[in-house]
Amino acid sequence: MSALNIKRGSSSHSAYDLRDSHAQAEESHTLAVIVENEPGVLARVIGLFSGRGYNIDSLTVAEVDHTGHRSRITIVTRGTPAVIDQIEAQLSRMVPVHAVHDLTAEGPSVQRELALLKVVGKGEARIEALRLCEIFRARVVDSTLESFVFEMTGTPDKIDAFAELLRPLGLKEIARTGVAALSRGA
Amino acid sequence: MKTITGAKMVVQALKDQGVEVVFGYPGGAVLPIYDEIFQQNDIRHILVRHEQGAIHMAEGYARSTGKVGVALVTSGPGATNAVTGLVDALMDSIPIVVLSGQVPTFMIGTDGFQEADTVGITRPCTKMNWLVKETEKLSETIHQAFHVARSGRPGPVLIDIPKDVQFATGSYTAPEKAKVSHYQPKVKGDTEAVTRLVEMMETAERPVFYTGGGVINSGKAASQLLREFVDATGFPITSTLMGLGAYPASGKSWLGMLGMHGLYEANLAMHDCDLMINIGARFDDRITGRVADFSPRSKKVHVDIDPSSINKVIRVDLPIIGDVGHVLEDALKIWKARGRKVNKEALAKWWAQIDAWRKVDCLAYQPSAATIKPQYALQRLEALTKGIDRYITTEVGQHQMWAAQFLHFDEPNRWMTSGGLGTMGYGLPASVGVQIAHPQALVINVAGEASWLMNMQEMGTAMQFRAPVKQFILNNERLGMVRQWQELLHGERYSHSWSESLPDFVKLAEAFGCKGLRVTDPKDLDDAILEMIRYDGPVIFDCLVEKHENCFPMIPSGKPHNEMLLSADAEAFRSGAVLV
Repeated sequence: MSALNIKRGSSSHSAYDLRDSHAQAEESHTLAVIVENEPGVLARVIGLFSGRGYNIDSLTVAEVDHTGHRSRITIVTRGTPAVIDQIEAQLSRMVPVHAVHDLTAEGPSVQRELALLKVVGKGEARIEALRLCEIFRARVVDSTLESFVFEMTGTPDKIDAFAELLRPLGLKEIARTGVAALSRGA
Repeated sequence: MKTITGAKMVVQALKDQGVEVVFGYPGGAVLPIYDEIFQQNDIRHILVRHEQGAIHMAEGYARSTGKVGVALVTSGPGATNAVTGLVDALMDSIPIVVLSGQVPTFMIGTDGFQEADTVGITRPCTKMNWLVKETEKLSETIHQAFHVARSGRPGPVLIDIPKDVQFATGSYTAPEKAKVSHYQPKVKGDTEAVTRLVEMMETAERPVFYTGGGVINSGKAASQLLREFVDATGFPITSTLMGLGAYPASGKSWLGMLGMHGLYEANLAMHDCDLMINIGARFDDRITGRVADFSPRSKKVHVDIDPSSINKVIRVDLPIIGDVGHVLEDALKIWKARGRKVNKEALAKWWAQIDAWRKVDCLAYQPSAATIKPQYALQRLEALTKGIDRYITTEVGQHQMWAAQFLHFDEPNRWMTSGGLGTMGYGLPASVGVQIAHPQALVINVAGEASWLMNMQEMGTAMQFRAPVKQFILNNERLGMVRQWQELLHGERYSHSWSESLPDFVKLAEAFGCKGLRVTDPKDLDDAILEMIRYDGPVIFDCLVEKHENCFPMIPSGKPHNEMLLSADAEAFRSGAVLV
C-alpha cells in the first residue's frame, strides 16, 4: 500500500523541498540600520542574518548619537530582490531597530571604506609600492627601512585594486573596516 | 524618593500590569523574588513540575484569556528548560513574559553555579529580551516587556534578572510614568489598499476568506467583525489550525480547516478561487503545499500586522499592513458605504461547486464495532460536550489533526494547540494554564499517549492546584503521525515509532491521586466520556484506539492542494473520488 506511488525502499522524498529555486539574479545592497545602542543589539542583527540564511558581505557599526543612544549599522548584503525585501522587513520589525534604509534602492549614495595595508620589501619593490601609494592617494602612516603601512580610504573596489597591485610587491597584511555609507544630497 | 528592593519591584510591576497568576519554579537565583511572593496575596503562584510546563501553562492562560501569560524561572537549567516554550510562543505569536533569575552581576562570565548565557540563548527564541544590570532600570524594563509582548504581532519576551539586582534597592517607576516606547507597530491599514480590497470583493467570482491566528490575537471584536463580514457577503471561509473558532464552525459559510490535513472542500476552494483574502495567516508550508502550484489563478490579498509576513512565502497582489480588527472594521464600513455589492450570480455557481466538493465527504472513515476508531472517539466527545462552553488543548500528531477536523469551535480562545513549532508535550500543561484561568470551565486535553508522556509530571500541578483537567488520551501505542509517514513515504519501515512498556494509565492516575478511566470497547465509550465530564477533578482517560488508523485527507508534503489524498489506497483514489 504505497499511496504516493513511491518505489518501495526509496527514501529520497524530502518533506521540506517546497521552495522554488529563485529565478531572479542576486543583487548587492547596502543597508543602513539605525538601532538603539544597547547590549546585544549587534548580536541580534547578526543572528537574524545567520538564522535566516542571509548573506553579510560587510558590516560596520558604531555609535553615532551618544545622547540619543543611537548606533548605525551599515550592512552590505546580497540576495534576490525578494530576499532583500525580506531582510528589510525582518530588520524593521526588530524592537531595538529605529529605521532601515536601503541605500542602494533609495538613490545614489556615497560608500567609503578604510583599509590599512602593510607592505614588506626592499629596493625597487619598495619604491614601486610608494609610487602606487601616491597614485591611489593612500597615505603612509608607518614606515621602517623594510616596511610601510598605507592607509587608504575609498570604495571597496578601489581598495581591492590597490591591494591587488601591492600583492607582488610584498603585501603582508591588510585590515579593512567594511563599508560606511550615506545617501547623496540633502 | 522611597526606594524598594528589585525583588519587591518585580512583584509591584506585575501587580501594576494586572497580572493575577504566575507559573513558576523557584531556585537559587530567584529566591529574593519568591520571598516577596510569599509576603503578598494579590498574585497567585502556580508551582509547576518542570519549567517547560510553566511556559506552556502561561501560553494556555494567554490564549484562552487574551491576556499576557507570565512565568518565573531560575537561572541556568531553569532558563534552558524554558526555551522550547519560548520558541513555541514565538512561532504561534502568543504574548508571554518570562522572568528568569541570573547569577549576580559580578559573577556573570565566570561559569558560576547555574550560570547560563540566558539572553544569548533566548535571543532568537523571543521577540525581545533584556538582561537588567541595574535595579534602577528594572521596573521600567518590565513595563516595556509587557508592552512589547502584547503590541503588534504578539510574542514571548524574557527578562533576565541577576540576583544582586533583586537584592539592591532603587526607585520604582509606575507603568504610566514609564518612558513611552518607540516600538509602536502600525495598526491601521492603508485606506486606499482597503478600498482596493473592497473593489476586488465586489466583482470576485470565486472568493474565499483564508483566516488565521491573527484574528484570534486581534481580540474578540475582530472575530465579531469577521463574522459580520463573512455572513453579509456570503463568501466561503476557511481557517488555519491557529484560527479555529474565529468564525463559528456552525456558521453557514464555514468550509472547515484547510492545509495538509484540512478538508477537501477547503483546499480545493483555495486552489480554484479567483480572490483569496488572507486575514492574519502567514502562508505556512502546511497550508501552501508546493508553492509553485499554490492557488494559481487567484488574486491574493494579505492582511497582516507583521510586514515581514508579506511576500515571505507567497507573493501577493495586495498587501495590507495593519491590525486585523482595524482593517476588517474599515473594509466593512467601506463595503457597506459602496452599496454592499457582491457578484451574486457567480457566487451561487461557486457555492454549487463547493457543495459538490462537500459531497465527497472527505472525513469519512471505515467504522468499526470491535475497536474504537480515533475519529469516532472525537465525534462522541464532540456530541457529548455540545452546548458546553468547553476549552480544548491538544498535543501534537494525528490526534491533533483529528481534533481539528472533528471538534467544532463556535467561539475564539477555546482552542489551544501548538501549530508552528509542533511541540509534543504542549497540551497537558496548556490545559492546566487554561483551567487556572477558567476554574469552572470544562477543559479537555485531546492527547496521544506519546506526546502526553512528555510532560506528564504536570499532573502533579493539576492535583496540587485543583485544576480538574480532563486528559483524553487516544492511545494507539504508536507515534501515530510518524508511523503514518513511515507507512506512506518510507516503505513501511516502522523505525522506532512505537512505544513498548507504556505505563498503565489508570494506575498512573491513581498514583497521582486523580481518576483513571480505560475504554477499549466502542459500546462503553459514551458512558466513560460522561463519567469523565461529570467527575469533579482531574481525569486521565485512556482510550485504546485502532493502532494503524491514518489521518486523511492529506496533502503530501511538497504537493499542491489538488493532489490531495483521501485515503491510502491510491488506485481506488484515482478511479473513485477523483480530483480536479
